[in-house]
Amino acid sequence: MSIIDKLNKDFESRVRLGIMSILLVNDWVDFTEMKSLLAVTDGNLASHSAGLEKMNYIEVKKEFVGKKPKTSYRVTNTGRVAFKEHLDFLEKLIKSK
Amino acid sequence: MTDKHQEDLMHIRSMMERSSRFISLSGLSGVFAGLSALAGGTYVYIRLKNLGVDYLTSENAYYEKELVLEFFLVALAVLFFAITFGIYFTFQKSKKNNHPIWTSTTKNLLINLTIPLFVGFVFCLSLLMHHLFVFIAPATLLFYGLALINAEKYTFSDIKYLGYLELLLGMASLFFLGKGLLFWIIGFGVLHILYGIILFKKYK
Repeated sequence: MSIIDKLNKDFESRVRLGIMSILLVNDWVDFTEMKSLLAVTDGNLASHSAGLEKMNYIEVKKEFVGKKPKTSYRVTNTGRVAFKEHLDFLEKLIKSK
Repeated sequence: MTDKHQEDLMHIRSMMERSSRFISLSGLSGVFAGLSALAGGTYVYIRLKNLGVDYLTSENAYYEKELVLEFFLVALAVLFFAITFGIYFTFQKSKKNNHPIWTSTTKNLLINLTIPLFVGFVFCLSLLMHHLFVFIAPATLLFYGLALINAEKYTFSDIKYLGYLELLLGMASLFFLGKGLLFWIIGFGVLHILYGIILFKKYK
């Protein structure tokens, strides 16, 4: 198995990388802020975050602030470990070049 | 393939930084805050000289109520101009780089700056009330230095060096009571200008 196969396919998309990077250095981040940091559309962010939630990499919290629904995200321990591993592989790949 | 990975890593780093640190702080804000402080400090210096009060000796430091009030207003004006310029240039920079300005990072930065500054403000008010004027300049330097170090995690971490310098000046001025105005002008005027220029060049 080559090292490339070890790269986590779940983090292939730029949006997913972005979500994980932001959550790694922050606590809860809400939908609007995530959207403006990543500069993506609502649908794009929703589908990628749903994907990450399904893998149990992030935790999603839905609540009401007044009458407005508010969605926030936080990284899980599984997600933190998986993303760290992904970063290590990326670094190794670049160094071995 | 490797290029893509390299780009990925750069993307990750930039996202981590942009989401956790307020990076729209403009060096020009520092320069103009420094200029405001220089102007205010010089005004007070000249005013005292014309009145024949030798600020450089702490003895004989009797000030009339009107004079204290006047200097208090000068200080507020300096603060007002510094903050206005600060907000203006920061807005400009974030607009230019297309970064959102009101994020949780901004709030964190402001809260962490404000807490030590507010305590310092109350402390200085009490000094005013008790007529301990010579301690005001050292106190402003000390609390400002602590505020900068406290906020370091939420913006360019170089501001902590400015904080250390303000603390050194503040501590030194405690032993030269009466020369506070001089220390104040160096700390808030000269240091801000120098620091602003360095920051501006580094993060342009």
